[in-house]
Amino acid sequence: MPIVQMCNLVPVALTVGSNKIVQTVSIPHPLGDPTKSSEEQYKLRYHLVGVALNALTTDINEQTVFKS
Amino acid sequence: MKKAILYLNQFFGQIGGEDKADFAPVIKEGTVGPAMALQAQLGDDVKVTHTVICGDNYMGSHTTEATDTIMKFLADKEFDIFFAGPAFRAGRYGVACGQVCNAVSKKYKVPVITSMNEENPGVEMFRQDMYIFKGGDSAAKMRRDVKKMAQFGMKLLTGKELLSAEEEGYYGRGIRRQVWTNPPVTAADRAVDMLLRKLSGQPFETELPIPPKDVVDVAPSIKDLSKANIAIVTSGGIVPADNPDKIQSASATRWGKYDISGLDRLESGAYKTIHAGFDPTEANKNPNVIVPVDAMRAYEREGKIGKFNDHFYSTVGTGTTQGEAARMAKEMVPYLKEEGVDGVIQVST
Repeated sequence: MPIVQMCNLVPVALTVGSNKIVQTVSIPHPLGDPTKSSEEQYKLRYHLVGVALNALTTDINEQTVFKS
Repeated sequence: MKKAILYLNQFFGQIGGEDKADFAPVIKEGTVGPAMALQAQLGDDVKVTHTVICGDNYMGSHTTEATDTIMKFLADKEFDIFFAGPAFRAGRYGVACGQVCNAVSKKYKVPVITSMNEENPGVEMFRQDMYIFKGGDSAAKMRRDVKKMAQFGMKLLTGKELLSAEEEGYYGRGIRRQVWTNPPVTAADRAVDMLLRKLSGQPFETELPIPPKDVVDVAPSIKDLSKANIAIVTSGGIVPADNPDKIQSASATRWGKYDISGLDRLESGAYKTIHAGFDPTEANKNPNVIVPVDAMRAYEREGKIGKFNDHFYSTVGTGTTQGEAARMAKEMVPYLKEEGVDGVIQVST
């Protein structure tokens, strides 16, 4: 079953061998940004999760960082 | 006046040798054998009030019975700390010390200290659960080993600053904790020092050893997302507010799976993070920033995904070894399969 890792520290994900990677906002709030309003934060989260879902459907041959 | 109790086997408890190894547990008032040495090292502020003695074979073959009996002995005793051994290289004795210390620590919540030689199988079995001091290979090292246990016991009882496992002289429990370096050198300076040493070909010691890369084959991708069941797995420590599975805040060995069927979002207060490796303010204010139930539910409603799995899976990824992480992942997979999960989004903090 495919898995996509959403994380902030992409180099660590690459080092430990994750295949599908989407970069997040930060370590303590990967899918939020306290400088933004809660509506804007939701939009950002919805967008990033969408990128991750699309990554699950994408065929790859090597470790890939998906553009968010 | 603080009080201590010591556990010994039949030999050091002066019951007898191998022929008395089936000796059932007893508790004696005052000090027997090594308890006298322990008392001498602890001085006037701590009194060794009792000595518990049990045969090594009895403990080995009737473990539950023996520890239960000992717990009953201790039920009406007041004590602030519990010692066992030292067990040197005696395997059965070492394991017995570990078992008794574990039971005491769980039931009576007092610090437990023992001592074993590195060859003692009790070290690997119990080092994560208690302070096991690096002991000698035979009873000739009794005085030295007892002294180490006593000195550290005094530090614990008087609330003195504790140093690292290496500096104190016990086997590392696999716990990392924050310390102030003395003299103070910031992480940035230490990193640059390390880099300079590396560039000039000098030896340096990493503060974070990275295990070799473990590459996993790329799984086949999902063909039709609109029929797929997608689950969230996180190392960000999001759990129901009472942390029902008692997942540890660092160096986690446990994980949980939590029902979110019917929830449109994770509410603050009902869910929180127990992860001790980052500032939890934002995640506690809105747990969806780590487990995005709100966004996943929206995609489910829109039909982009077939289903948002009824459970999310969670543990804490700080100080967690790759070995433990791999074990937990292997434990999760059968549950994910049973729930018919087709793909996983893993959110890391």
